[in-house]
Amino acid sequence: MPLRLLKYGLSRDYPVSGDIPATPELKPAYDVVIIGGGGHGLSCAHHLAKYHGIKSVAVLEKGYLAGGNTARNTTTIRSNYITPEGIAFYKEGVELFERLSQELDFNVMFSQRGQLTLAHTEATVRSFHMRAEMGRHMGTRTEVVDQKGVEELCPLLNMDYGGPLEILGGLWHADGGTARHDAVAWGYAAQASRRGVEIHQRTEVQGFEVAGDRVRAVKTNRGRVACGQVLIATGGMNYDVALMAGVELPIRCYPLQAMVTQPLKPWLHTLVSSVSLHTYLVQSSRGEVVIGGGSDPYQLYSTRSTLDMKEHLAEGAVHLFPFLQGVQLLRQWAGITDMTPDYSPIMGASPLANLWLDCGWGTWGFKATPVAGKRMAQTIAEGRVPDILKPFALERFETFRLLNEMGATAASH
Amino acid sequence: MKLLTCPMNGPRNIDEFQSFGPVRAKLDPNATADRDWSRHLFRAENRKGILVEWWRHVPSNYFFLAERDLVTNEIIRTFDASQLRDRA
Repeated sequence: MPLRLLKYGLSRDYPVSGDIPATPELKPAYDVVIIGGGGHGLSCAHHLAKYHGIKSVAVLEKGYLAGGNTARNTTTIRSNYITPEGIAFYKEGVELFERLSQELDFNVMFSQRGQLTLAHTEATVRSFHMRAEMGRHMGTRTEVVDQKGVEELCPLLNMDYGGPLEILGGLWHADGGTARHDAVAWGYAAQASRRGVEIHQRTEVQGFEVAGDRVRAVKTNRGRVACGQVLIATGGMNYDVALMAGVELPIRCYPLQAMVTQPLKPWLHTLVSSVSLHTYLVQSSRGEVVIGGGSDPYQLYSTRSTLDMKEHLAEGAVHLFPFLQGVQLLRQWAGITDMTPDYSPIMGASPLANLWLDCGWGTWGFKATPVAGKRMAQTIAEGRVPDILKPFALERFETFRLLNEMGATAASH
Repeated sequence: MKLLTCPMNGPRNIDEFQSFGPVRAKLDPNATADRDWSRHLFRAENRKGILVEWWRHVPSNYFFLAERDLVTNEIIRTFDASQLRDRA
Protein backbone atom coordinates (compact mmCIF):
# COMPACT_ATOMS: atom_id res chain seq x y z
CA MET A 1 0.00 0.00 0.00
CA PRO A 2 1.42 3.40 -0.83
CA LEU A 3 2.57 4.87 2.47
CA ARG A 4 0.98 8.21 1.77
CA LEU A 5 -2.45 6.56 1.99
CA LEU A 6 -1.73 5.19 5.46
CA LYS A 7 -2.05 8.55 7.22
CA TYR A 8 -5.64 8.72 5.96
CA GLY A 9 -6.33 5.13 6.93
CA LEU A 10 -5.06 5.69 10.46
CA SER A 11 -6.89 8.98 11.04
CA ARG A 12 -9.72 9.20 13.52
CA ASP A 13 -12.16 10.06 10.72
CA TYR A 14 -11.70 6.65 9.16
CA PRO A 15 -13.67 4.57 8.37
CA VAL A 16 -16.15 7.11 7.11
CA SER A 17 -19.56 6.20 8.47
CA GLY A 18 -22.38 5.60 6.01
CA ASP A 19 -25.12 8.16 5.70
CA ILE A 20 -27.85 5.76 6.72
CA PRO A 21 -27.35 3.29 9.58
CA ALA A 22 -28.16 -0.40 9.20
CA THR A 23 -31.64 -1.51 10.23
CA PRO A 24 -31.73 -1.81 14.04
CA GLU A 25 -33.81 -4.18 16.16
CA LEU A 26 -37.49 -3.27 16.18
CA LYS A 27 -38.58 -1.77 19.50
CA PRO A 28 -41.96 -2.72 20.99
CA ALA A 29 -43.34 0.82 20.67
CA TYR A 30 -42.77 4.19 18.98
CA ASP A 31 -44.51 7.55 19.26
CA VAL A 32 -44.87 7.67 15.49
CA VAL A 33 -44.77 4.83 13.00
CA ILE A 34 -44.38 5.90 9.38
CA ILE A 35 -45.29 3.22 6.88
CA GLY A 36 -43.29 3.66 3.71
CA GLY A 37 -39.58 4.50 3.41
CA GLY A 38 -39.88 6.61 0.31
CA GLY A 39 -39.31 10.33 -0.04
CA HIS A 40 -42.59 11.37 1.58
CA GLY A 41 -42.23 9.15 4.65
CA LEU A 42 -38.58 10.10 5.17
CA SER A 43 -39.37 13.78 4.71
CA CYS A 44 -42.07 13.51 7.36
CA ALA A 45 -39.62 11.72 9.70
CA HIS A 46 -37.05 14.47 9.18
CA HIS A 47 -39.54 17.24 9.91
CA LEU A 48 -40.88 15.44 13.00
CA ALA A 49 -37.39 15.05 14.43
CA LYS A 50 -35.96 18.44 13.47
CA TYR A 51 -38.87 20.81 13.90
CA HIS A 52 -41.19 19.09 16.36
CA GLY A 53 -38.72 17.31 18.64
CA ILE A 54 -40.40 13.94 18.09
CA LYS A 55 -37.60 11.41 17.87
CA SER A 56 -39.28 8.15 18.77
CA VAL A 57 -40.07 7.53 15.13
CA ALA A 58 -39.83 4.33 13.10
CA VAL A 59 -39.98 4.34 9.32
CA LEU A 60 -41.07 0.90 8.10
CA GLU A 61 -40.11 0.01 4.55
CA LYS A 62 -41.14 -3.25 2.92
CA GLY A 63 -38.23 -3.28 0.45
CA TYR A 64 -35.21 -1.02 0.37
CA LEU A 65 -35.01 2.68 1.00
CA ALA A 66 -36.66 4.80 -1.71
CA GLY A 67 -36.97 1.86 -4.09
CA GLY A 68 -40.58 2.49 -5.05
CA ASN A 69 -42.05 5.53 -6.72
CA THR A 70 -39.34 7.76 -5.25
CA ALA A 71 -36.89 6.09 -7.61
CA ARG A 72 -39.35 5.69 -10.48
CA ASN A 73 -40.74 9.18 -11.01
CA THR A 74 -39.39 11.50 -13.67
CA THR A 75 -38.28 14.22 -11.21
CA THR A 76 -40.47 17.11 -12.29
CA ILE A 77 -40.85 19.95 -9.81
CA ARG A 78 -43.47 22.59 -10.59
CA SER A 79 -46.47 24.47 -9.23
CA ASN A 80 -48.38 25.42 -12.41
CA TYR A 81 -51.64 23.80 -11.38
CA ILE A 82 -55.08 25.31 -11.76
CA THR A 83 -56.91 25.32 -8.43
CA PRO A 84 -55.83 27.99 -5.91
CA GLU A 85 -55.58 25.30 -3.23
CA GLY A 86 -53.35 23.15 -5.41
CA ILE A 87 -51.11 26.02 -6.48
CA ALA A 88 -50.68 27.28 -2.90
CA PHE A 89 -49.58 23.84 -1.77
CA TYR A 90 -47.23 23.04 -4.66
CA LYS A 91 -45.76 26.57 -4.55
CA GLU A 92 -44.62 25.91 -1.01
CA GLY A 93 -43.18 22.64 -2.31
CA VAL A 94 -41.11 24.40 -4.96
CA GLU A 95 -39.85 26.93 -2.40
CA LEU A 96 -38.70 24.12 -0.13
CA PHE A 97 -36.81 22.55 -3.04
CA GLU A 98 -35.04 25.86 -3.67
CA ARG A 99 -33.23 25.53 -0.34
CA LEU A 100 -33.34 21.76 0.09
CA SER A 101 -29.62 21.07 -0.43
CA GLN A 102 -28.82 23.52 2.39
CA GLU A 103 -31.56 22.10 4.60
CA LEU A 104 -30.25 18.56 4.19
CA ASP A 105 -26.53 19.32 3.86
CA PHE A 106 -26.77 16.98 0.89
CA ASN A 107 -26.62 17.97 -2.76
CA VAL A 108 -29.99 17.09 -4.30
CA MET A 109 -28.86 18.69 -7.59
CA PHE A 110 -31.90 20.94 -7.81
CA SER A 111 -31.90 22.69 -11.17
CA GLN A 112 -34.57 25.34 -11.60
CA ARG A 113 -34.46 25.43 -15.37
CA GLY A 114 -38.15 26.05 -16.04
CA GLN A 115 -40.85 23.93 -17.60
CA LEU A 116 -42.31 24.50 -21.06
CA THR A 117 -45.66 22.85 -21.77
CA LEU A 118 -46.68 22.84 -25.42
CA ALA A 119 -50.08 23.52 -26.97
CA HIS A 120 -50.97 21.98 -30.31
CA THR A 121 -54.60 23.15 -30.28
CA GLU A 122 -56.42 26.42 -29.61
CA ALA A 123 -58.30 24.75 -26.76
CA THR A 124 -55.03 23.98 -25.01
CA VAL A 125 -53.88 27.60 -25.50
CA ARG A 126 -57.08 28.77 -23.78
CA SER A 127 -56.52 26.42 -20.86
CA PHE A 128 -52.94 27.73 -20.60
CA HIS A 129 -54.26 31.29 -20.27
CA MET A 130 -56.39 30.15 -17.37
CA ARG A 131 -53.47 28.39 -15.69
CA ALA A 132 -51.18 31.39 -16.27
CA GLU A 133 -53.70 33.84 -14.77
CA MET A 134 -54.30 31.61 -11.80
CA GLY A 135 -50.57 31.05 -11.35
CA ARG A 136 -49.84 34.77 -11.48
CA HIS A 137 -52.63 35.45 -9.02
CA MET A 138 -51.11 32.94 -6.61
CA GLY A 139 -47.63 34.42 -6.99
CA THR A 140 -45.91 31.85 -9.19
CA ARG A 141 -44.00 32.53 -12.38
CA THR A 142 -46.30 31.15 -15.05
CA GLU A 143 -47.00 32.79 -18.42
CA VAL A 144 -48.28 31.97 -21.89
CA VAL A 145 -45.72 32.29 -24.66
CA ASP A 146 -46.37 32.45 -28.42
CA GLN A 147 -44.62 30.47 -31.16
CA LYS A 148 -41.66 32.83 -31.20
CA GLY A 149 -41.40 32.52 -27.44
CA VAL A 150 -41.40 28.73 -27.67
CA GLU A 151 -38.66 28.81 -30.29
CA GLU A 152 -36.54 31.09 -28.15
CA LEU A 153 -36.94 28.90 -25.08
CA CYS A 154 -36.31 25.64 -26.90
CA PRO A 155 -34.73 26.23 -30.33
CA LEU A 156 -34.33 22.53 -31.13
CA LEU A 157 -38.08 21.82 -31.02
CA ASN A 158 -39.84 20.68 -34.17
CA MET A 159 -42.54 23.38 -34.46
CA ASP A 160 -44.35 21.40 -37.20
CA TYR A 161 -45.47 24.62 -38.93
CA GLY A 162 -48.49 23.86 -41.10
CA GLY A 163 -48.56 20.28 -39.86
CA PRO A 164 -51.20 18.50 -37.80
CA LEU A 165 -49.27 18.95 -34.57
CA GLU A 166 -48.12 22.54 -35.09
CA ILE A 167 -47.02 24.06 -31.80
CA LEU A 168 -49.26 27.09 -31.31
CA GLY A 169 -47.77 28.28 -28.05
CA GLY A 170 -46.64 27.20 -24.65
CA LEU A 171 -47.06 27.59 -20.93
CA TRP A 172 -43.74 28.78 -19.55
CA HIS A 173 -43.25 28.05 -15.87
CA ALA A 174 -39.97 29.61 -14.78
CA ASP A 175 -40.31 28.12 -11.28
CA GLY A 176 -40.25 24.58 -12.67
CA GLY A 177 -37.22 22.39 -12.23
CA THR A 178 -35.78 19.01 -11.52
CA ALA A 179 -33.68 17.35 -8.83
CA ARG A 180 -32.08 14.00 -8.19
CA HIS A 181 -34.83 11.92 -6.60
CA ASP A 182 -32.57 9.38 -4.87
CA ALA A 183 -30.58 12.18 -3.26
CA VAL A 184 -33.77 13.75 -1.89
CA ALA A 185 -34.70 10.51 -0.13
CA TRP A 186 -31.15 9.79 1.06
CA GLY A 187 -30.73 13.34 2.33
CA TYR A 188 -33.91 13.12 4.38
CA ALA A 189 -32.97 9.65 5.62
CA ALA A 190 -29.52 10.78 6.69
CA GLN A 191 -30.84 13.84 8.53
CA ALA A 192 -33.65 11.92 10.18
CA SER A 193 -31.47 9.04 11.37
CA ARG A 194 -28.87 11.49 12.70
CA ARG A 195 -31.62 12.82 14.98
CA GLY A 196 -32.68 9.41 16.25
CA VAL A 197 -35.27 8.28 13.73
CA GLU A 198 -35.03 4.53 13.07
CA ILE A 199 -35.27 3.36 9.49
CA HIS A 200 -36.35 -0.27 9.21
CA GLN A 201 -35.81 -1.70 5.76
CA ARG A 202 -37.18 -5.10 4.73
CA THR A 203 -39.95 -4.56 7.28
CA GLU A 204 -43.36 -5.23 5.80
CA VAL A 205 -46.60 -4.11 7.43
CA GLN A 206 -49.03 -7.04 7.39
CA GLY A 207 -51.92 -5.69 9.43
CA PHE A 208 -53.19 -3.31 12.07
CA GLU A 209 -54.51 -3.83 15.57
CA VAL A 210 -57.48 -1.49 15.72
CA ALA A 211 -59.38 -0.87 18.96
CA GLY A 212 -62.35 1.49 18.74
CA ASP A 213 -61.30 4.41 16.57
CA ARG A 214 -57.56 4.00 17.16
CA VAL A 215 -54.71 1.95 15.78
CA ARG A 216 -53.05 0.30 18.77
CA ALA A 217 -50.29 -1.49 16.95
CA VAL A 218 -48.87 -2.29 13.56
CA LYS A 219 -48.17 -5.93 12.75
CA THR A 220 -45.04 -6.53 10.68
CA ASN A 221 -43.03 -9.48 9.43
CA ARG A 222 -40.54 -8.63 12.21
CA GLY A 223 -43.08 -8.43 15.00
CA ARG A 224 -45.69 -6.18 16.58
CA VAL A 225 -45.08 -2.47 17.09
CA ALA A 226 -47.31 -0.36 19.31
CA CYS A 227 -47.76 3.16 18.04
CA GLY A 228 -48.95 6.57 19.17
CA GLN A 229 -49.59 7.87 15.67
CA VAL A 230 -49.37 6.18 12.28
CA LEU A 231 -48.79 7.67 8.84
CA ILE A 232 -49.48 5.81 5.62
CA ALA A 233 -47.13 7.00 2.86
CA THR A 234 -46.69 3.93 0.71
CA GLY A 235 -47.20 5.26 -2.83
CA GLY A 236 -48.63 2.58 -5.07
CA MET A 237 -49.51 0.41 -2.05
CA ASN A 238 -51.59 3.09 -0.28
CA TYR A 239 -54.93 1.52 -1.16
CA ASP A 240 -53.75 -1.88 -0.02
CA VAL A 241 -52.23 -0.70 3.26
CA ALA A 242 -55.18 1.53 4.18
CA LEU A 243 -57.54 -1.36 3.49
CA MET A 244 -55.72 -3.43 6.11
CA ALA A 245 -56.79 -0.78 8.62
CA GLY A 246 -60.35 -0.94 7.31
CA VAL A 247 -60.08 2.35 5.39
CA GLU A 248 -61.21 2.18 1.79
CA LEU A 249 -59.61 4.96 -0.25
CA PRO A 250 -61.00 6.34 -3.53
CA ILE A 251 -57.92 5.13 -5.39
CA ARG A 252 -57.30 3.04 -8.45
CA CYS A 253 -53.83 1.77 -9.30
CA TYR A 254 -52.33 2.17 -12.75
CA PRO A 255 -48.77 1.55 -13.95
CA LEU A 256 -46.85 4.58 -15.18
CA GLN A 257 -43.97 3.87 -17.52
CA ALA A 258 -40.87 5.85 -18.33
CA MET A 259 -37.48 5.39 -19.95
CA VAL A 260 -34.12 7.08 -20.49
CA THR A 261 -31.82 7.40 -23.46
CA GLN A 262 -28.09 7.00 -23.53
CA PRO A 263 -26.20 10.04 -22.17
CA LEU A 264 -25.86 12.97 -24.55
CA LYS A 265 -24.12 16.31 -24.18
CA PRO A 266 -26.41 18.92 -22.57
CA TRP A 267 -28.82 20.17 -25.22
CA LEU A 268 -32.25 20.28 -23.53
CA HIS A 269 -32.19 23.21 -21.14
CA THR A 270 -35.81 23.21 -19.99
CA LEU A 271 -38.35 20.57 -19.08
CA VAL A 272 -40.55 20.03 -22.14
CA SER A 273 -44.01 18.54 -22.04
CA SER A 274 -46.70 18.04 -24.66
CA VAL A 275 -50.29 17.56 -23.62
CA SER A 276 -51.48 16.25 -26.99
CA LEU A 277 -48.60 13.83 -27.44
CA HIS A 278 -48.73 12.58 -23.84
CA THR A 279 -44.97 12.89 -23.73
CA TYR A 280 -42.55 14.88 -21.65
CA LEU A 281 -38.78 15.10 -21.64
CA VAL A 282 -36.10 16.25 -19.26
CA GLN A 283 -32.36 15.85 -19.56
CA SER A 284 -30.75 14.62 -16.37
CA SER A 285 -27.47 16.00 -15.09
CA ARG A 286 -25.87 12.79 -16.38
CA GLY A 287 -27.04 13.71 -19.87
CA GLU A 288 -29.65 11.00 -20.19
CA VAL A 289 -32.96 12.16 -21.63
CA VAL A 290 -35.75 11.00 -19.34
CA ILE A 291 -38.97 10.41 -21.28
CA GLY A 292 -42.31 9.92 -19.59
CA GLY A 293 -45.96 10.12 -20.49
CA GLY A 294 -49.44 9.14 -19.43
CA SER A 295 -50.42 6.19 -17.29
CA ASP A 296 -51.25 2.78 -18.69
CA PRO A 297 -54.77 2.54 -20.12
CA TYR A 298 -56.14 0.12 -17.51
CA GLN A 299 -55.83 -0.72 -13.80
CA LEU A 300 -52.99 -3.01 -12.75
CA TYR A 301 -50.68 -3.73 -9.80
CA SER A 302 -47.60 -4.37 -11.88
CA THR A 303 -44.34 -2.64 -12.73
CA ARG A 304 -43.88 -4.47 -16.00
CA SER A 305 -43.11 -2.46 -19.12
CA THR A 306 -44.97 -2.82 -22.40
CA LEU A 307 -43.78 -2.29 -25.93
CA ASP A 308 -46.98 -0.38 -26.74
CA MET A 309 -46.30 2.36 -24.19
CA LYS A 310 -42.60 2.58 -25.01
CA GLU A 311 -43.42 2.94 -28.71
CA HIS A 312 -45.87 5.67 -27.83
CA LEU A 313 -43.28 7.56 -25.78
CA ALA A 314 -40.64 7.14 -28.48
CA GLU A 315 -43.07 8.40 -31.11
CA GLY A 316 -43.83 11.53 -29.10
CA ALA A 317 -40.18 12.19 -28.30
CA VAL A 318 -39.03 11.76 -31.89
CA HIS A 319 -41.85 13.97 -33.12
CA LEU A 320 -40.77 16.82 -30.83
CA PHE A 321 -37.05 16.29 -31.40
CA PRO A 322 -36.55 14.36 -34.66
CA PHE A 323 -32.78 14.11 -34.14
CA LEU A 324 -33.47 11.69 -31.27
CA GLN A 325 -34.37 9.00 -33.82
CA GLY A 326 -30.95 7.33 -33.74
CA VAL A 327 -30.48 7.55 -29.99
CA GLN A 328 -30.52 4.34 -27.98
CA LEU A 329 -32.64 3.63 -24.95
CA LEU A 330 -30.67 2.76 -21.87
CA ARG A 331 -33.31 1.77 -19.32
CA GLN A 332 -37.05 1.38 -18.98
CA TRP A 333 -39.24 0.90 -15.96
CA ALA A 334 -42.67 1.45 -14.44
CA GLY A 335 -44.14 2.42 -11.10
CA ILE A 336 -47.56 1.76 -9.63
CA THR A 337 -49.47 5.01 -9.26
CA ASP A 338 -52.36 5.47 -6.82
CA MET A 339 -54.73 7.64 -8.84
CA THR A 340 -57.49 9.67 -7.23
CA PRO A 341 -60.67 10.69 -9.09
CA ASP A 342 -59.70 14.39 -9.15
CA TYR A 343 -55.94 14.09 -9.66
CA SER A 344 -55.24 15.69 -6.28
CA PRO A 345 -53.68 13.91 -3.32
CA ILE A 346 -55.43 12.81 -0.12
CA MET A 347 -53.70 14.28 2.93
CA GLY A 348 -54.80 14.54 6.52
CA ALA A 349 -57.13 12.60 8.75
CA SER A 350 -58.57 9.13 8.22
CA PRO A 351 -61.66 7.65 9.90
CA LEU A 352 -59.28 6.41 12.63
CA ALA A 353 -58.18 9.07 15.14
CA ASN A 354 -54.44 8.36 15.08
CA LEU A 355 -54.07 7.12 11.51
CA TRP A 356 -52.96 9.82 9.07
CA LEU A 357 -52.94 9.71 5.30
CA ASP A 358 -50.37 10.96 2.82
CA CYS A 359 -51.89 9.14 -0.13
CA GLY A 360 -53.28 9.50 -3.60
CA TRP A 361 -50.04 10.80 -5.04
CA GLY A 362 -50.69 9.18 -8.38
CA THR A 363 -48.28 10.49 -10.98
CA TRP A 364 -47.52 13.81 -9.24
CA GLY A 365 -45.90 13.00 -5.89
CA PHE A 366 -42.18 13.71 -6.23
CA LYS A 367 -42.50 17.50 -6.39
CA ALA A 368 -44.39 17.43 -3.10
CA THR A 369 -41.84 15.35 -1.18
CA PRO A 370 -40.59 18.24 1.00
CA VAL A 371 -43.91 20.00 1.51
CA ALA A 372 -46.00 16.89 2.14
CA GLY A 373 -43.46 15.70 4.72
CA LYS A 374 -43.32 19.10 6.37
CA ARG A 375 -47.08 19.53 6.56
CA MET A 376 -47.85 15.93 7.56
CA ALA A 377 -45.25 16.20 10.35
CA GLN A 378 -47.00 19.36 11.53
CA THR A 379 -50.34 17.54 11.38
CA ILE A 380 -49.07 14.59 13.41
CA ALA A 381 -47.22 16.75 15.95
CA GLU A 382 -50.13 19.12 16.56
CA GLY A 383 -52.87 16.54 16.14
CA ARG A 384 -54.78 18.73 13.73
CA VAL A 385 -54.71 19.45 10.02
CA PRO A 386 -53.22 22.83 9.01
CA ASP A 387 -55.28 25.08 6.73
CA ILE A 388 -53.07 24.48 3.68
CA LEU A 389 -53.90 20.74 3.80
CA LYS A 390 -57.62 21.00 4.56
CA PRO A 391 -58.76 21.07 0.92
CA PHE A 392 -57.03 17.71 0.38
CA ALA A 393 -59.05 15.88 3.03
CA LEU A 394 -60.50 12.45 2.34
CA GLU A 395 -63.98 13.86 3.15
CA ARG A 396 -63.94 16.00 0.02
CA PHE A 397 -65.32 13.09 -1.95
CA GLU A 398 -68.31 12.76 0.35
CA THR A 399 -69.05 16.48 0.20
CA PHE A 400 -68.38 16.64 -3.56
CA ARG A 401 -65.73 19.35 -3.06
CA LEU A 402 -63.31 17.87 -5.54
CA LEU A 403 -60.03 19.58 -6.47
CA ASN A 404 -59.88 18.94 -10.17
CA GLU A 405 -56.29 19.02 -11.36
CA MET A 406 -56.72 16.60 -14.23
CA GLY A 407 -56.04 19.16 -16.95
CA ALA A 408 -52.93 20.42 -15.18
CA THR A 409 -51.65 16.91 -14.48
CA ALA A 410 -52.23 14.44 -17.28
CA ALA A 411 -49.01 13.78 -19.13
CA SER A 412 -47.42 17.02 -18.04
CA HIS A 413 -45.99 16.06 -14.67
CA MET B 1 -48.63 -7.62 -28.12
CA LYS B 2 -51.23 -8.59 -25.56
CA LEU B 3 -54.35 -10.30 -26.84
CA LEU B 4 -57.85 -9.80 -25.55
CA THR B 5 -60.50 -12.23 -26.73
CA CYS B 6 -63.57 -10.26 -27.71
CA PRO B 7 -66.78 -12.32 -27.40
CA MET B 8 -67.87 -10.98 -30.79
CA ASN B 9 -64.63 -10.46 -32.75
CA GLY B 10 -62.36 -13.13 -31.29
CA PRO B 11 -58.73 -12.58 -30.15
CA ARG B 12 -57.50 -9.12 -31.06
CA ASN B 13 -54.62 -6.82 -30.05
CA ILE B 14 -55.54 -5.19 -26.73
CA ASP B 15 -54.74 -1.85 -28.42
CA GLU B 16 -58.08 -2.17 -30.23
CA PHE B 17 -59.92 -2.07 -26.93
CA GLN B 18 -60.73 0.60 -24.40
CA SER B 19 -61.12 -0.10 -20.71
CA PHE B 20 -64.21 1.31 -19.01
CA GLY B 21 -63.32 0.27 -15.49
CA PRO B 22 -64.90 -1.97 -12.88
CA VAL B 23 -68.54 -3.03 -13.00
CA ARG B 24 -70.53 -1.12 -10.38
CA ALA B 25 -73.89 -1.96 -8.93
CA LYS B 26 -76.73 0.27 -10.08
CA LEU B 27 -78.21 2.61 -7.50
CA ASP B 28 -81.85 3.60 -7.13
CA PRO B 29 -81.72 7.38 -7.68
CA ASN B 30 -84.80 7.92 -5.51
CA ALA B 31 -83.48 6.07 -2.52
CA THR B 32 -79.77 6.88 -2.41
CA ALA B 33 -78.15 9.14 0.17
CA ASP B 34 -75.39 11.59 -0.88
CA ARG B 35 -72.85 9.47 0.94
CA ASP B 36 -73.74 6.40 -1.09
CA TRP B 37 -73.64 8.41 -4.31
CA SER B 38 -70.15 9.58 -3.46
CA ARG B 39 -69.12 6.01 -2.81
CA HIS B 40 -70.68 4.87 -6.05
CA LEU B 41 -68.93 7.58 -8.04
CA PHE B 42 -65.49 7.63 -6.50
CA ARG B 43 -64.67 4.31 -4.83
CA ALA B 44 -64.09 1.88 -7.65
CA GLU B 45 -62.91 -1.65 -6.97
CA ASN B 46 -59.14 -1.77 -6.60
CA ARG B 47 -58.45 -4.85 -4.46
CA LYS B 48 -55.65 -7.15 -5.53
CA GLY B 49 -57.45 -10.06 -7.13
CA ILE B 50 -59.92 -10.66 -9.93
CA LEU B 51 -61.65 -7.58 -11.33
CA VAL B 52 -64.84 -7.71 -13.40
CA GLU B 53 -64.64 -4.78 -15.77
CA TRP B 54 -66.17 -3.21 -18.84
CA TRP B 55 -64.30 -3.17 -22.13
CA ARG B 56 -65.18 -1.82 -25.52
CA HIS B 57 -63.93 -3.06 -28.85
CA VAL B 58 -63.40 0.34 -30.43
CA PRO B 59 -63.75 -0.42 -34.17
CA SER B 60 -67.02 -2.29 -33.69
CA ASN B 61 -68.19 -0.23 -30.68
CA TYR B 62 -69.13 -3.43 -28.87
CA PHE B 63 -69.18 -3.34 -25.05
CA PHE B 64 -68.53 -6.51 -23.09
CA LEU B 65 -67.09 -7.74 -19.80
CA ALA B 66 -63.83 -9.30 -18.76
CA GLU B 67 -62.50 -10.94 -15.63
CA ARG B 68 -58.89 -9.93 -15.20
CA ASP B 69 -56.31 -10.50 -12.47
CA LEU B 70 -55.13 -7.11 -11.19
CA VAL B 71 -51.74 -8.48 -10.14
CA THR B 72 -50.76 -10.88 -12.93
CA ASN B 73 -52.78 -9.10 -15.66
CA GLU B 74 -54.09 -12.48 -16.80
CA ILE B 75 -57.42 -12.21 -18.59
CA ILE B 76 -59.41 -15.07 -17.16
CA ARG B 77 -62.48 -14.84 -19.37
CA THR B 78 -64.53 -12.41 -21.42
CA PHE B 79 -68.28 -12.55 -21.86
CA ASP B 80 -71.26 -10.69 -23.22
CA ALA B 81 -73.03 -8.25 -20.91
CA SER B 82 -76.24 -10.28 -21.13
CA GLN B 83 -74.56 -12.90 -18.93
CA LEU B 84 -74.10 -10.33 -16.18
CA ARG B 85 -77.81 -9.50 -16.33
CA ASP B 86 -78.68 -13.19 -16.20
CA ARG B 87 -76.45 -13.66 -13.19
CA ALA B 88 -77.93 -10.71 -11.26
